[in-house]
Amino acid sequence: MTTTTENNAFKSQEYFINMGPQHPATHGVLRLLLTIDGEIIKNIDPDLGYIHRSIEKMCERDSYQQIVHLTDRMDYLSAHINNEAVCLVVENALGLEVPERVKVIRTIIAELTRIASHQLWWGVMGMDVGALTTYFYGFRDREMINDIFEETCGARLTMNYNIPGGLMFDLHPNFIKRTKDFIAHFKTKLPEYDTLLTGNVIFQKRTQGVGILTREDAISFGTTGPVARASGFSCDVRKHHPYSAYDRVQFNEAISTVGDTFTRYQMRIQEMWESMAIIEQLIDNIPDGDYKTATNAVIKLPKGEFYQKVETARGELGVFVVSDGKKNPYRLKFRSPGFSNLSALKKMAVGSKLGDLVAIMATLDIVVPDIDR
Amino acid sequence: MNIPLSITKNIHNWLFEVMSAPIATVVQNVLIAVVFLAFFALAGLLLVWMERRIAAFFQLRLGPNRVGPMGLFQTIADALKLVSKELTGPEKADKFLYNLAPYFVIVASLMALSVLPFSQEFHAFDINIGVFFLIAVSSIGVIGILLGGWSSNNKYSLIGAMRSGLQTISYELSVGLSILTIVVLAGSLQISEIIAAQQEGGWFIIQGHIPAIIAFMIFMIAGTAETNRAPFDLIEAESELGAGFHTEYSGMKFAYFFLAEFINMFIIAAIGVILFFGGWLSPFGITESIPLLGVFWFMLKVLGLIFLMMWFRWTFPRLRVDQLLTLEWKYLLPINLFNIVLMAIVVLLGLTINF
Amino acid sequence: MSYFSDIYNGIKTLLTGMSVTGKYFINARKEIITQEFPDNRDTLKMFDRFRGEVVMPHDENNEHRCTGCQKCELACPNGTIEIIWDRVVDEETGKKIKVIDKHIYHLSMCTMCGLCIEACPTDAIEWSQNFSNSSYDRTQLTKVLNKPGSKIMPGVKDKE
Repeated sequence: MTTTTENNAFKSQEYFINMGPQHPATHGVLRLLLTIDGEIIKNIDPDLGYIHRSIEKMCERDSYQQIVHLTDRMDYLSAHINNEAVCLVVENALGLEVPERVKVIRTIIAELTRIASHQLWWGVMGMDVGALTTYFYGFRDREMINDIFEETCGARLTMNYNIPGGLMFDLHPNFIKRTKDFIAHFKTKLPEYDTLLTGNVIFQKRTQGVGILTREDAISFGTTGPVARASGFSCDVRKHHPYSAYDRVQFNEAISTVGDTFTRYQMRIQEMWESMAIIEQLIDNIPDGDYKTATNAVIKLPKGEFYQKVETARGELGVFVVSDGKKNPYRLKFRSPGFSNLSALKKMAVGSKLGDLVAIMATLDIVVPDIDR
Repeated sequence: MNIPLSITKNIHNWLFEVMSAPIATVVQNVLIAVVFLAFFALAGLLLVWMERRIAAFFQLRLGPNRVGPMGLFQTIADALKLVSKELTGPEKADKFLYNLAPYFVIVASLMALSVLPFSQEFHAFDINIGVFFLIAVSSIGVIGILLGGWSSNNKYSLIGAMRSGLQTISYELSVGLSILTIVVLAGSLQISEIIAAQQEGGWFIIQGHIPAIIAFMIFMIAGTAETNRAPFDLIEAESELGAGFHTEYSGMKFAYFFLAEFINMFIIAAIGVILFFGGWLSPFGITESIPLLGVFWFMLKVLGLIFLMMWFRWTFPRLRVDQLLTLEWKYLLPINLFNIVLMAIVVLLGLTINF
Repeated sequence: MSYFSDIYNGIKTLLTGMSVTGKYFINARKEIITQEFPDNRDTLKMFDRFRGEVVMPHDENNEHRCTGCQKCELACPNGTIEIIWDRVVDEETGKKIKVIDKHIYHLSMCTMCGLCIEACPTDAIEWSQNFSNSSYDRTQLTKVLNKPGSKIMPGVKDKE
């Protein structure tokens, strides 16, 4: 006797879908292998490498001045901060003391970069949860920062304004006025961000209590930046290991203990306020002086290992250089914030719904070239 | 003095005078079909243009402004492009159902269009169960969406189609019940009689005051959900599903889905106008002597409600699928049932505001 | 009771959100930020530091300032600049000096990092603000920066 075939028609079944590499919510060529039961996510497996450009290997080929411009292309939204990280590691290794003016200018531009990055993130966050209009409001305000950069550095995104030993050229005469104009403008627009999106009942219901990351998990996955701070892990490099001019400014580290999507959102909004406060403290007293110290045309680092970490808009970027005394590094490793933050995605999103995954991804603020390098 | 406007009746009589009854019936039906198809295409294109233009102003952009005055012909150019495109589709799709799906959607919205009164006696199809017919026909469209999503052989499409099924079935209930609230007040299912009742006693939104306003709010929410527009656009949620159920459609088949969405929006707004804002009636009866202006008032009110729906779309984030159901079953439905009772009491005790 | 206050608060937040977009809709004429690019080509002025492409300025005598020292070629991270040079006998001093034949600039490979211009000791190359460089043919992106028949400006010398 053969048993009757089992009726499988109404059996619940997990299935597999590919999210990406071409998907609007992955913000680039990130591929997520999702296992889904209905709408509920059972497993996430990120598949990386679609935009790997071997930047670390290229750094081994290039001289230290040339490395700087490659870092523009990693986390392109905090290009200046990446440049600064490489310059700092070279300056520290050489024992070079950069002028005070350079430190202050670097800090101001880094904070402007952070605001610009968060503005773009805010627009895209709104778009990911379905409010398309936020995108344009975010970009309207970001445009002013881009103009400031373009006037001073010559480029809007990949600025390459830093060189080891200082800056490529001095500030544009209009810089201070434009920056002040921007701060005045953005102070009226940032509350609007809150009324439009933060306070919206649909947005709050979409994000509160979703994608919770505990403090222990945040630390063990190595998350940094607003993602970790939302979970209560105080990790702001600007506060704990100040570099450039951060030791002379007063600001609060945005920190909370809830760790859900909404808190991660709030952290970034709060960081924009703090960044504006930092700029306001520095913009009126940029010290006079030279905009760079002279370095040799060919920079050779002493033999040894050097490390410098900075706080980008996404978290902690570390630059580790092994030098064998030649004009190019023996090995250069970037510890990118996006990679560690992405690793926590599985912890946050498993068990939530497809729509939540998109919101969680948005608050991770993923820049795929930063993950792949 | 009241100049009667009996366009439909006059044409009907004239046709039956010049030719025999069977031929006249056929000619009449063909005429109506042509008029409605033309209206369908024109209104669809105009609404797409309007949506793009309004969205642009909300988002501090210019919107289409290159083809024709203020970009008016932009959508026509787009339609031409879509017509000339190759109809591609997945190889393993269920070809028959895949091709059938767009027609389901478009036929459903065309049928719903046929009962709308544009002015006094300017009606194609004034049946005595008009409102019931509207509810019945407007739920056919979801079959097209389900078929399209299922037959595409694409998991994203399937998720979109399944979401569409649960969403339309849930919100159908709220649309129906909020319409019923007004039917209690009007005492008729026939659309012309509903409007006649408003001609006597004022628009229902004023006549029915509190329950009517609640019913109107529920109707707008549920109607937006019914047309699958943001904040209820889970079906095509582009940041989650790419394009949802019409991911695999191209060219004119995609355009059918697209046009049907806009015509559905028009229909929902038109039902809202008929039930709550007096259809083609002018405010305070200022142009009651010229019934032809009824078309103008009707369209003006409809466009007003459409603008409201566009305003929703370009402001709100999207709901999640479980919140969508919570909103319907925990909030809209109980309030709606309570509201019908309230309306019945109001009508029974004669508490309506008449003037 | 919280059921009703939820509804009330929810509707209130939705309306405040709509007031923001509504305000922009009404003021759309003033607030529009779109730049209609090809139309505003005449009035569009780039910032003077804008990095469009590398050019080599020539004066009215068709003379440039490039000594052919190849520092820009060395500074470039991408091999964007190629210099084809020759040695000729200087008529005044009788010494052999370097003269460029062609200063080739591959715009398609340039990342606009600006290191070549920083490296140039004689300010022979600089940024131009020209940004619409698209073309149908990739070979048009390989440019020879020194004009045909041009020669070095008298008095410009390598600091060696």
